[in-house]
Amino acid sequence: MSTSAAIQVSDLAAAIAKGERAALAEALNLLDDRRQAARQKSAALLAHLQSEYSDNCNHLIGITGPPGVGKSTLSAALIAVWRKRGLRVGILAVDPSSPFSGGALLGDRVRMQTNSEDDGVFVRSLSSRGQFGGLSAEVWPMCIVMLAGFDIVLIETVGVGQREVDVSRLCDTTCYVAQPGSGDSVQFLKAGILEVPHILVVNKKDMGAVAQRTLSELGNALNAEHPDGQWQVPVLATSALNGSGIEALADVMAHHHQSLQERKQLARRRGSYQAYWIHKRLEEEFGSFGIDKLGGEKALLEQLQSQDMDLFKQYDSLRQQCCNGEVDKHESDND
Amino acid sequence: MQRDRPWLMRTYSGHSSAKASNELYRTNLSRGQTGLSVAFDLPTQTGYDSDHPLARGEVGKVGVPINHIGDMEALFDQIPLGEMNTSMTINATAPWLLALYVAVAERQGADPGQLQGTTQNDVLKEYLSRGTYIFPPEPSVRLTTDLIAYTVKNIPKWNPTNICSYHLQEAGATPTQELAYALSTATAILDAVQASGQIPADRFQQVVGRISFFVNAGIRFVEETCKLRAFSRMWDDVARNRYGVEDPKQRRFRYGVQVNSLGLTESQPENNVQRIVLEMLAVTLSKNARARAIQLPAWNEALGLPRPWDQQWALRMQQVLALETDLLEYGDLLDGSPVVEAKVLELIAGAQQEMDNVAAHGGMVACIDNGYVKRELVQSHTRRMRNIESGDLKIVGVNCYQETATSPLTGGEESGIMKVDELAEREQIATLQAFRATRQQGAVDDALALLRAAANDGSNIMPSSIQCARAGVTTGEWSEVLRGVFGEYRAPTGIDFVASDRSESKALEQVRERVRATSDELGRPLRLLIGKPGLDGHSNGAEQIAVKGRDSGFEIVYEGIRLTPSQIARAAQEEGVHLIGLSVLSGSHLELVEDIHNELEAIGCKGIPLVIGGIIPQDDARQLLDRGLKAVFTPKDVDMNIIMNTMVTIIRQVNGLEPLA
Ligand code: B12
Ligand SMILES: Nc1nc2c(ncn2[C@@H]2O[C@H](COP(=O)(O)OP(=O)(O)OP(=O)(O)O)[C@@H](O)[C@H]2O)c(=O)[nH]1
Ligand SMILES: [Mg+2]
Repeated sequence: MSTSAAIQVSDLAAAIAKGERAALAEALNLLDDRRQAARQKSAALLAHLQSEYSDNCNHLIGITGPPGVGKSTLSAALIAVWRKRGLRVGILAVDPSSPFSGGALLGDRVRMQTNSEDDGVFVRSLSSRGQFGGLSAEVWPMCIVMLAGFDIVLIETVGVGQREVDVSRLCDTTCYVAQPGSGDSVQFLKAGILEVPHILVVNKKDMGAVAQRTLSELGNALNAEHPDGQWQVPVLATSALNGSGIEALADVMAHHHQSLQERKQLARRRGSYQAYWIHKRLEEEFGSFGIDKLGGEKALLEQLQSQDMDLFKQYDSLRQQCCNGEVDKHESDND
Repeated sequence: MQRDRPWLMRTYSGHSSAKASNELYRTNLSRGQTGLSVAFDLPTQTGYDSDHPLARGEVGKVGVPINHIGDMEALFDQIPLGEMNTSMTINATAPWLLALYVAVAERQGADPGQLQGTTQNDVLKEYLSRGTYIFPPEPSVRLTTDLIAYTVKNIPKWNPTNICSYHLQEAGATPTQELAYALSTATAILDAVQASGQIPADRFQQVVGRISFFVNAGIRFVEETCKLRAFSRMWDDVARNRYGVEDPKQRRFRYGVQVNSLGLTESQPENNVQRIVLEMLAVTLSKNARARAIQLPAWNEALGLPRPWDQQWALRMQQVLALETDLLEYGDLLDGSPVVEAKVLELIAGAQQEMDNVAAHGGMVACIDNGYVKRELVQSHTRRMRNIESGDLKIVGVNCYQETATSPLTGGEESGIMKVDELAEREQIATLQAFRATRQQGAVDDALALLRAAANDGSNIMPSSIQCARAGVTTGEWSEVLRGVFGEYRAPTGIDFVASDRSESKALEQVRERVRATSDELGRPLRLLIGKPGLDGHSNGAEQIAVKGRDSGFEIVYEGIRLTPSQIARAAQEEGVHLIGLSVLSGSHLELVEDIHNELEAIGCKGIPLVIGGIIPQDDARQLLDRGLKAVFTPKDVDMNIIMNTMVTIIRQVNGLEPLA
């Protein structure tokens, strides 16, 4: 990379950290760009942001749940609360794409209409583009960029059953939103299909008794201790429509974040996101066969977490290994 | 010989200012028009004063601006309201416009209790089609019911609500959908009136009897006639069985009509005359299901606003049918026809089933917010567009018989449409500001406090609104108070249904290939923002472009109607789109494009290419291209594969890519 390109990237990184919207937009476009030159520039940008800015205590939140439970409406209500608290908010909203054309309608924005003149909110939509189990491969790199410019970064994904695993392994706090009257969430939890979230929310509590019932069913189905340890999973009721329970939800989210920090878990968790992302992408491309070639999931994740290499370099070198069929002895020993 | 009395003949009109519209009304009345039908401009319909930033470019364009009692007085100058029958197409702000009407009648010395006319006051279809809603569904329904309850008690000859299926057909509804959604709306509103407890049980029949309908009639006029017979029967059934109305007169399906305009074309516009006449037959042929009032669009519907001569021509069509033909000399022509009867039964069965679907989705009010009905409508319209594209649905002059001799109609200086006086907006604002300076602020504040209290405590909104009208409150102030209490709303867009075009048509496959190739060359999927700036509620075009874009492989950002230029520019930036496509049918494209250019420049996004579609007269199209827009589309561009291809080409050019083979 030429020096002038390096300067450009560091300027861009600095501008993002200052919260400049144009810079953020440019960076997100760059990260979306799969061309070789763009990939190199992206790698340089991420390296910058990871070393200088993403070590912060900003809060990365995942919000997931079945279609239509009110995730976007809830996000909008949360945005309003956070803005009142003076926090800047970045949103990544993932929508499914059409299996026929690859096209997509990016619809979450509609429900998130916030004050258009507010520079403290930035919403970027993504389509799942058929990959990454309902997430989008660009989500993680984009999170790094957003974390540099916002106090809170929220990812919205549609998730039923297995899928929300992805988002729960890419963020500090996962919030699962359940639909009143639908037994699905309860069943999934019991069957262990649903990864236990950090926070369970029954939205649409304005629906009355049926919401109340789902609330208590979920409470019962839940083993209140989160597998991460030292965190009792709260079950909350909200109405995104009339705004009730939103402040409490924001408080609980903040509390979980604080608890992670106090337990010195935040940095550890953060270290695992990137490893998971790389693993996931490799699995997508090469299947479990490829992962086995790299020594299996567990070893691979451990190896990735222990390294301090930049995102695309790590990914590209492992990809190379999968393609060539030879595992670099030096790297796999490195743990 | 005994002839039936003709229906009420109306011309939907209003423009520029109260004074100019008043002159127009008086001319129309002198030409034999038998009732008034007032078109308000978009700021008035959406609760903004003429000097509000969102009103820029819209004042006096598609209707008359009414800001306060002074405007309303001027509108009806020398027109005695006590003797007039006035239809007002007004919805979210209906209680307010009725309040002004009552206050003007008082000043004219008429007895408000004797007033006759109609407030459209059907807000549910605003969310589904017409677009001039303000508040969320629940409080909107409350305002609707307040107006109904008030007039039933105090202005008994008033038609407080006109349940509209007209606009549903204009948004793509099939005849069964039209029946089902209109009737579901009517029951939702009547249930709400009942639940409000404002009407004693023994007077409720009267409320049912005051409900009237505003219906559409499309070019398939046999089916449309049957639809109206189906409407009559189904309404009779609802009134009797759901609301226990004994008196058959109170169960009559009373309706007015505007015939279909969606099918009126820009190409060979003279053909629209035949279409309009045939459609008029649908609602007059059957005596037992004949319209009470008719208003017709003009031959130049798809070109722009009609001039007085164009409207006169439309009025004359009605007069020829009513006065020259023998139609009104006979009883019902269709009674006893087995063909008609079978069709009616089929329509009733289909409509009943769709009404059950609505009920299963929580009823009509719930169906607004959960998007069920809007999604169904957009899907129907998508099917219609696909059929036009494929040629399965023939439109003469559009997808067949396109060749034409030069038309003498569209030549001439005004290019065949009405040009709204450009000074009107400025003059209106000056009058408004002068009015504000002369009124008594104390009285205004007191009246607004009463209004706020009523909005909050649930008492009927009309008395305080009438007080506001008398005190000189403005449209913007009245609405602002209610916005504060009820909040604002953004309705579902209805485009989120599963892929609609799985047909492997060659043209579509080709578009997809071009989108895919261009995405690859640019490194990421092509993104398109479809923006509806300003107060314009015409969403059909934007929705269809969005759906087609998705089916062509674009990633689409579309947030619905009524966005500010700044919202559009910022969304384009946040979402990193390759192209912005605007859709404007309200006539304010020049002002809005200028504003969007400025906003884009201010945030450093000048490079994003812009195209526009909608009702754009040729002169304006030229101006817009000069100002840097990359393409202008109008209703004659019915082949959306071509539109998609053009957009891909523009993206390629702007990004310096070689043309594709
Ligand atoms: C349907 C219709 C309605 C429906 C709208 C339903 C809906 N949800 O869209 C209803 C009945 C609700 C309605 C109401 C009104 N209408 Co109207 N309506 C029409 C009508 C008949 C057809 C428009 C239409 O939907 N066409 C079908 C779509 C698919 O075509 P299109 O939008 O032109 O789009 C095509 C191209 O233009 C292009 N395109 C359009 N947008 C875009 C965007 C992009 C990105 C691209 C690439 C291409 C593109 O591609 C499309 C494919 O062919 C026109 C007259 C006509 N025949 O054109 C009047 C018309 C637009 N209406 C008019 C008026 C005045 C009104 C009202 C304001 C009346 C009033 N005073 O209250 C109201 C209020 C509406 C509001 N809130 O703004 C006027 C506008 C006058 C002007 N501009 O000077 C017109 C021209 C009729 C007239 N001659 O008076 N209307
Ligand atoms: N009654 C009620 N309705 C709600 C509430 N929150 C959201 N809704 C409605 O639920 C529907 C879906 O809301 P969204 O916010 O789009 O839901 P979502 O989970 O983001 O949906 P997808 O992104 O499509 O999966 C809309 O009609 C909302 O108005 C609530 O608290 N109460
Ligand atoms: Mg959503």
